[in-house]
Amino acid sequence: MAKALVALLKQSFPSAVLETHSQHGDDTVVVDPGQWHELAAFLKSSPAADMSMLMDLTAVDFPDRDPRFEVVAHFYSLSKGHRLRMKARVGDPAGTHVHIPSICDLWASANWMEREAWDLFGVVFDGHPDLRRILLYPEFEGHPLRKDYDAHKIQPLVEYRDVPSIDKIAPFRSDEGMSFGRQTHDNVPSADAPDPEIFPDSAN
Amino acid sequence: MEPLDEELTQAEIELPADPMIVNMGPAHPAMHGTVRTVVELTGEVIVKADVQVGYLHRGFEKMCERGTWTQVYPYVDRCNYISPMLNNVGFSLACEKMLGIEVPERCQWYRMALGELARMSDHLTCDGAMAMELGAFTPFLWMIKAREMIWDIMEEESGARLTHSFGRVGGMAAPPTDGFKETARATVDQILKVLEEVERLLLGNRIFLDRLEGIGIVSPEDAISLGWTGPCLRASGVPYDIRKAHPYMRYGDVEFDVPVGSTGDCFDRFMVRIDEMKQCARIITQCLERMADSGPVNVDDPRVMLPPKEDVYNTIEGTIRHFKIVMEGLKIPAGEVYSYTEAGNGELGFYLVSDGSGTPYRVRIRPPCFLVTSGLERVITGQMVADVVPCFGSLNMIGGECDR
Repeated sequence: MAKALVALLKQSFPSAVLETHSQHGDDTVVVDPGQWHELAAFLKSSPAADMSMLMDLTAVDFPDRDPRFEVVAHFYSLSKGHRLRMKARVGDPAGTHVHIPSICDLWASANWMEREAWDLFGVVFDGHPDLRRILLYPEFEGHPLRKDYDAHKIQPLVEYRDVPSIDKIAPFRSDEGMSFGRQTHDNVPSADAPDPEIFPDSAN
Repeated sequence: MEPLDEELTQAEIELPADPMIVNMGPAHPAMHGTVRTVVELTGEVIVKADVQVGYLHRGFEKMCERGTWTQVYPYVDRCNYISPMLNNVGFSLACEKMLGIEVPERCQWYRMALGELARMSDHLTCDGAMAMELGAFTPFLWMIKAREMIWDIMEEESGARLTHSFGRVGGMAAPPTDGFKETARATVDQILKVLEEVERLLLGNRIFLDRLEGIGIVSPEDAISLGWTGPCLRASGVPYDIRKAHPYMRYGDVEFDVPVGSTGDCFDRFMVRIDEMKQCARIITQCLERMADSGPVNVDDPRVMLPPKEDVYNTIEGTIRHFKIVMEGLKIPAGEVYSYTEAGNGELGFYLVSDGSGTPYRVRIRPPCFLVTSGLERVITGQMVADVVPCFGSLNMIGGECDR
């Protein structure tokens, strides 16, 4: 389907295309992350490719590999009806320096998908205008779709956000509120014990 | 009596000129779904908007990595909970693409008929809610009643009204019931009647038309750049429908048209859904005609299908096979696939990565809603604050699918 396109990419960017393969009818190019933006721009503007839509952009975590993450983009051409998957491998094994250029300026759809990949995987898209968390809240610790994020991990209870303009007190005292936010796995009872001054009957 | 503001100067009477920030949602009485929209207003005009999603994030993609491939079905059900059957079929097709199997013809017609019914229920909900939010409560009740008829069929077929978990890799959980064709035909006729009545009630209504026409216009270029698919993209005049462009199952063998809008305003998005429901009815009729009354529904492949119960109880091979598939899960060969189907809101993609074990390595659900909602900011900027309601309604944001 998009075999000719893969050949064209190889020919135009001999140093950037690292490997190509085709599985289940999906043609894939693995490219150098440094030229991610150039290749994407080429795919969008070249008349032979004419990739008018960025259908999907996500990441996959392979903790045993170096570079650790794969950023995966799926392109679709409305006029030609062909698809292409483009991948780039980024990040060190510790997952602290994961950088790839943003393609937000080429497709508006990249905006939220890059924010999602940042949110869930911690991939930093350089040049993104507004790289905030999107599905999770700002105080969330870690990036949950990484393989080393324990699925049972419990996030700390979020402090009441301090908004200076409105004069409000914090919603919970340290021993009030939703107890599941403070649960631990090793059954430490003290955090959940009610305050004996307020609940004298519960001290038994 | 003297006027009260006699001593006030003109400057004091005027409203403050600073932009006002208004927070709509996450649970706003005039909006459905849990999405928060922070809008900056000058008078009544929105100059800036920030759409914040994620209130329904339940971490499905993480959870999918912790069970077997079959255990993913309940999660995809709960993505788009208005049309779960389409998600079920979409995920089945993705797994089957990786396994290289094709389900029997009877199952394909069955999946299509159920899928189109689900699409109708999706569009009925969207258009009904849109009308209700603009004050037309009656059509909402009619459409929800029609949707209930579809869900009755689903309940009859799968046992569950809403979250069916009815798809399986290599087939369906159960063959069609004896009365399926009859009830489906009768229901489709009734729904078409409801649609006629709804059109008669709404399309001559000046208030309804004024609230929709020319509001929230999205150009085709914008829609394409935003990654919009489905009815929202087609309302902007781009005739991209996966069922036509890349037919899967038997969509290549049925006759149907792809309704396309012209201006890309809220009214077009409303009408594209109405017209699409009529096309759904056409497809369902053809599916029911061509679906055989007997024959296998599930693929005959020992790798994915559970053996018949008498074999499980009477032969050691059957017991072992049953045990392996239930305990270890069916094995999908290592590799990756991107499979796409036309769901209620557009292209529902599954990017699956398998390491060859019984547990998915990565299940990426490409939610059509997520990208459609990302365009809300662009749609409402420059509109009046009251237009947020029809604009948001016309996008049919399904929280479960958007946030996963």
